[in-house]
Amino acid sequence: MTQDYQDGNALAGPLAELFTVDVTAATGRCVSCGHTGRVADLRVYAQAPGWVARCPGCEHVMLRLVRSPDAAWLDLQGTLSLRVPLPPA
Amino acid sequence: MNARLEWRVAKLSGVHHETATARTLQLDVPGWPGHLPGQHVDVRLTDEDGYSTQRSYSLAAPADGDRIELTVQRVKDGEVSEYLTDTFSVGDPVELRGPVGGWFVWHPSRTAPVLLVAGGSGIVPLMAMVRARRQARSRAPFRLLYSVRSPSDQFYASELRRLARDDGGLDVATLYTRSVPTGVMRPPRRIGVADLEMYGWPPQFEPTCFVCGPTGFVEKVANSLVGLGHDPRRIRTERFGPTGG
Repeated sequence: MTQDYQDGNALAGPLAELFTVDVTAATGRCVSCGHTGRVADLRVYAQAPGWVARCPGCEHVMLRLVRSPDAAWLDLQGTLSLRVPLPPA
Repeated sequence: MNARLEWRVAKLSGVHHETATARTLQLDVPGWPGHLPGQHVDVRLTDEDGYSTQRSYSLAAPADGDRIELTVQRVKDGEVSEYLTDTFSVGDPVELRGPVGGWFVWHPSRTAPVLLVAGGSGIVPLMAMVRARRQARSRAPFRLLYSVRSPSDQFYASELRRLARDDGGLDVATLYTRSVPTGVMRPPRRIGVADLEMYGWPPQFEPTCFVCGPTGFVEKVANSLVGLGHDPRRIRTERFGPTGG
C-alpha cells in the first residue's frame, strides 16, 4: 500500500448526509484483525469511485461508500461493530 | 443532534494572500450554524456538463456571524484547489456543506495542555484552535510546532508572531525544512523526535496532541509522540493525503 490515503476525517461530510450523529468519532472493530479504533483514523482512499476506508492495522476494507445521483451505497461488511458516542439518554 | 447535512450556497466576500500559492477565502454563508475549531467543510464544484467534484477544507478561524474563512493551498493539477486559488473571485458563489467532523476538534472549555503539530498547510485547523483560544480568553497552555519549508511558505506569519507575544500561555516554534531566515540557529531539516522533545510537552503533562499535515508527516510525528511516551488515546490526527486536491 502507498501513502496515497487521507483519513476517516474526510468521511465526516459524506456520512453526515446519511446519519445525524458524527460517525467519524465512533469506534469501529475490524472483521479481519479485530483492531479497534476511531473511524477518523481509518485510511481513506478517495481515488476509487466514492470512498474506500481501510483498517490502519491490516488494510482490510472496513467501509465503502458510493454516492450516486439519487442514492448512497454503504458497505460495512468489513466492520464487526461500531460504538457511537452519544449524549446521555 | 444535527439536522441532516445539506449543500448551501456561499459567496466569496474577501481574499487574503498567505503565500504565492495559498490564499484565505472569506465566505458569507447565510444561516451558518457556527462551528468548533478543527472542523471542516466540503466544497463542491460542478461544471456545465453536470460533472461535479468535492474536497474537504479546514475552517481557519472561528465564525464571525455568517462569515467563515478557509485557507486553500494550490495543489498542482488539483482541480478544486486551482479554481479556488486562481479563478474564484469576490462575489462568486460556491457550494459547500458543513461544519463536519467531530473528532479532530478542540473544545474551548477544555483546560488541559495542548500540543499542536502542523506540517505545511496542516497549520490551517490548528490556527483555528489558536484563534478560538484567544477568542474564548482560554488559559489552556498551548504549544504549536509548525514545520514549513521556508519563510515564504509560512501562513499567518505576522499574526502568529503577534499572538505568541501577546497571548499568555501560547508558545510557537517554527521549524524550517528547506531554508531558514537569518538568525535562526536550527539548520533546515525535517521535524524529529528532538524537536518534539524540545518544543512540545513532556508526556507526564498529559497534553492533548493534534497533528495535521500530509500523510507521511502525520504518521512520523504520531509515531514519534507515542515513542516519547504520549498516550495514543490523547493523539488526534488529520491527514490530507498526498495532494489535498
